[in-house]
Amino acid sequence: MQPIVIENVHKRFGDVKALHDISFSVEQGELFGLIGPDGAGKSTLFRILATLLLADQGSAFVNGLHVVKDYKAIRRQVGYMPGRFSLYQDLTIEENLNFFATIFKTSVEENYDLIKDIYEQIAPFKGRPAGKLSGGMKQKLALCCALVHKPAVLFLDEPTTGVDPVSRKEFWEMLQRLRQKGIPILVSTPYMDEAMLCDRVALIQKGEIMQINTPGNIVKSYGKKIWAMRADNMFRLIRDLRAFEGTDSCFAFGEYLHVTLHVPVEKVQAYLTPLQHGNLVIKPAQPGIEDAFMQLMQEQNETV
Amino acid sequence: MRTIFFILQKEFLQVFRNRSMLPIIFVVPVVQLLVLAFAANYEIRNLSVDVVDHDGSTWSRQLRDKLLSSGYFTLHRQSYSQQEAFEDLEANRADLILTIPPHFERDLVRENEATVQLLVNAINGSKAGLAYGYAANIIGRFNRQVRMDWLALDEDDGPEHIDITYRYWYNPTLNYKFFMVPGILVVLVTLIGAFLSGMNIVKEKEIGTIEQLNVTPIRKHHFIIGKLLPFWIIALFELAFGLAVGKLVFSLPFEGNIAWVFLFAAVYLLVMLGLGLLISTFTETQQQSMFITWFFLIIFILMSGLFTPIESMPAWAQQLTLVNPVAYFVKVIRMVMQKGSGWADIQHYFGIMLLMAAAVNSVAIWNYRKTV
Repeated sequence: MQPIVIENVHKRFGDVKALHDISFSVEQGELFGLIGPDGAGKSTLFRILATLLLADQGSAFVNGLHVVKDYKAIRRQVGYMPGRFSLYQDLTIEENLNFFATIFKTSVEENYDLIKDIYEQIAPFKGRPAGKLSGGMKQKLALCCALVHKPAVLFLDEPTTGVDPVSRKEFWEMLQRLRQKGIPILVSTPYMDEAMLCDRVALIQKGEIMQINTPGNIVKSYGKKIWAMRADNMFRLIRDLRAFEGTDSCFAFGEYLHVTLHVPVEKVQAYLTPLQHGNLVIKPAQPGIEDAFMQLMQEQNETV
Repeated sequence: MRTIFFILQKEFLQVFRNRSMLPIIFVVPVVQLLVLAFAANYEIRNLSVDVVDHDGSTWSRQLRDKLLSSGYFTLHRQSYSQQEAFEDLEANRADLILTIPPHFERDLVRENEATVQLLVNAINGSKAGLAYGYAANIIGRFNRQVRMDWLALDEDDGPEHIDITYRYWYNPTLNYKFFMVPGILVVLVTLIGAFLSGMNIVKEKEIGTIEQLNVTPIRKHHFIIGKLLPFWIIALFELAFGLAVGKLVFSLPFEGNIAWVFLFAAVYLLVMLGLGLLISTFTETQQQSMFITWFFLIIFILMSGLFTPIESMPAWAQQLTLVNPVAYFVKVIRMVMQKGSGWADIQHYFGIMLLMAAAVNSVAIWNYRKTV
């Protein structure tokens, strides 16, 4: 049985199409990523799966249970971490954890092995009110609270937004360990580097899924050759490249520009040389998942 | 049941961790009782009066002295100028002007009739009414005495008149504190019941914790009971605390069985908590909830008969007080404490309160959606 099945889910908020014909399923023990920019509809999908919101059309199943008909059973079995920090800021780490354990009719001790790795990292601060924790510790606590009743499925809505890079890395290491324990995880993130850590990802934009595949395949399916370019004046370079008729796309990626062309690269060099860019570097680059996402996004924008 | 217990445990932890909560519970009632009971004074004394005596005779002086010796009036200015006195009235320095015309004594003797004029500053209507009442009463008595003096009769041979003996029943010394303090206690209990409970629920929405809570096996009724019960307990404690302060400081009479007050308060609080719950169902932030609650409470309290008697309200307003829970509680607490009313007297109101509690809470629960 697939732990998460979504079939043709639609959701509108007034005139805004939040979700349009979303279908996918998550396999047993899979770490599945929902990748998309803010406002893509990720949180809406999470809230439908967590039985907090009703879909206009379509149906969804968690562990074989229908999200509308069996919502009570689902609420007992899932761990949900909302996008916004939703624990009691005036209660301490320990009190929050005990509270969520007790309302699930269990105790922290009972499932301690599941949260041990995470809890040990925040345990030195267990007497501190949750509101006074750093962003990374808050997320670790939230994950503990979502795990404390040993859920069969885990929903994590942007768990690393607003968290520093080191804590983000630690957080994802924890997710990997949880996956090894066989818990299927649906996680959303706006960060492309995190997408590479998932088993499969769904690229989502404007309420529609553009592609579902493993991160490796998404990168592989990216058919074009990418050129990394840089010069002293990056802003002028970007403008010149976008003005060039042989350029397909040109995006800034850290210190380089990623450029795709439909003409040989020599033509660009011939075009740029008279423009006198200082320290111009042009070299081939490995496409990443972000390149693939940008391309898909552009294609979708063109078809709309 | 266990779930409710855990929610309660959490609620009390949060209530007492809140820095403003303990002062609200212990300081607010004491301050309200002490300040309001002394300040919300219905007895009007020290009305300042301007006397314009154009006559300057023995009798005009006697009339003035009668007025001043009554204890209700203090002389602000004695003059011969109506103009001056009127300026005092306009500048709010005088509450009352007594004008005695020239030949007051002569007219009284010769023509058996004289006039005096009373001008009352009626910015504050009830104060003006009382000032006129006191003054008219004193002048009336003076009038009677003058007639007896003039006819040279002693009291027994005087003309027939009705002698009034009176007694203020249920509050013999007319101690307004006995009347006000129970009413203030009602306000106190109401504030805790309606304000804090509603805000407590909305708080979960505002900080987003409801999102997490909803994806748990907590049931609707668990959540509601867990949220409201702490304030039911705190408000009843508040009532006990306030009554104790009232007894110690004001020697409040406990004529009836105080258990009736608590029984009534227990049901009354259900109405107030239900109101808080209802308001919390259609507000998103604590601020919104507070404004709406305030809107209702100010109407409830001002129309409760706490400050102005319901009987003196226009008929439509009296009809409105029939759905005002505060009015019932104010009435019942006064009945029990001052008059010693028992079950037979309050059962009617108790029934109404039960109906209200059922009605408000059904609407609130119906309106409450667990799915946010």
